[in-house]
Amino acid sequence: MELRNKDLLAIRDLSPEEILLILDTAESMKEISTRDIKKVPTLRGKTVINLFYEPSTRTRTSFEIAGKRLSADVINISSATSSTTKGETLKDTGRNLQAMNPDLIVIRHAAAGAPKILADALPVPVINAGDGAHEHPTQALLDAFTIREKKKTLAGITVAIIGDITHSRVARSNIALLQKMGAEVRLSGPYTMVPPYIEALGVSFIPDIGEAIRDADVIMMLRIQLERQQHGLFPTVREYARFFGLNRERLQRAKPDVLIMHPGPLNRGVEISPDVADGPYSIILDQVTNGVAVRMALLYLLIGK
Amino acid sequence: MATMQTRIVLDKQDLNRTLTRIAHEISERSRGMEHLVLIGIRRRGVAIAQRLSQKLHDITGVPVPVGALDITLYRDDLSEIDAQPVLKKTEIPFSVKGKRIILCDDVLYTGRTIRAALDGIIDLGRPMSIQLAVLIDRGHRELPIQANYVGKAISTTSDEQIEVFLEEDDHIDQVLVKKAA
Repeated sequence: MELRNKDLLAIRDLSPEEILLILDTAESMKEISTRDIKKVPTLRGKTVINLFYEPSTRTRTSFEIAGKRLSADVINISSATSSTTKGETLKDTGRNLQAMNPDLIVIRHAAAGAPKILADALPVPVINAGDGAHEHPTQALLDAFTIREKKKTLAGITVAIIGDITHSRVARSNIALLQKMGAEVRLSGPYTMVPPYIEALGVSFIPDIGEAIRDADVIMMLRIQLERQQHGLFPTVREYARFFGLNRERLQRAKPDVLIMHPGPLNRGVEISPDVADGPYSIILDQVTNGVAVRMALLYLLIGK
Repeated sequence: MATMQTRIVLDKQDLNRTLTRIAHEISERSRGMEHLVLIGIRRRGVAIAQRLSQKLHDITGVPVPVGALDITLYRDDLSEIDAQPVLKKTEIPFSVKGKRIILCDDVLYTGRTIRAALDGIIDLGRPMSIQLAVLIDRGHRELPIQANYVGKAISTTSDEQIEVFLEEDDHIDQVLVKKAA
């Protein structure tokens, strides 16, 4: 069993079998990060380029560590220090990188569809590490991995995704993946941050967060993207925290074995209160740990032969 | 299509006797079971390691820990084979540091699997020693590797196939040699 496509651009392109292959492979990869010598020779001589046009700590570091633990050479390019500032187009940057024979390019870009433009223009495999408000497929895969690790299955699980759905590529990828794997997804957030007709995706929309988290197996809080908040979608940060933030009091309505997730970076005290983020139900740092294993699995599956 | 000629090399009783003999040889040559561990190479080496561990326990009264090693990430032929191998877990529930390891596999052929396994184990730490136990040695080595314990040595031609079936993985115990007629 192998992945059919040369690239990973969107969860939409993956079959349930491919998703399972990625998760199972990641499960085997996870052990490597617990060793004294955290390295295997599998991708020796392969070159992975991290091309990041948007800021990132977690995702970029995670891809870099994943590549290095598999012995690939990993090169990081951030837009601030690249020729993009001199006006080079994405395609031209891609063609120039291709000319140096990389084996895989990881791209994050503020524009939805940028990874596809690169993937179509170049023979090298491309992984989408987040494109605008479109998709963030590796985040959804590591979220699914983490849920499956704790709950043993994805089928039949109820996941409440709460916050700024409209701007969230994490939400889009997670909705697509969780539905493919038979989980039930419900959304909650301010009306101004949930696209109209969202039910067309097969999810429910529950405006009251207290109702949304009741009986949910997993609560996935989204980051309020303060950098994309120019349009006055909510009056104040404090008001948002009061009506849509996850705090200890609100959590009393949740299941006793609920899992709380967040893709990071946290706005402490806005969408999630510090005691909840650091509390016993939080698996936020497990998500980060598992991100490395999932990305190792993807690198192996895409360029391991 | 060519039909296959099939010959049974070991049946259930032979296989059991062979593993019993290997277990006796291991206990004889090991002089005490201290630091002794078995590591099976996925997939069928694991069942062999488990059976040897059970037999060693019967013989010596000492439990011998068993680990499972997946060598996929250490293969030297990933770029050459058509189908990408599915990665399985390496599960070694003990430190290999200072251990006397007996690596177990079903068939010893080119020696490349064992080379990969040696690299894999050494990446986990520095064992005191590594020995090799195999059920079948069919010859045709491409690397300078040999087994310390051999169940049965069979001279084969390279167009023959050795097929090992173990109850744990295949619901039957037998070893076959197959050749295109």
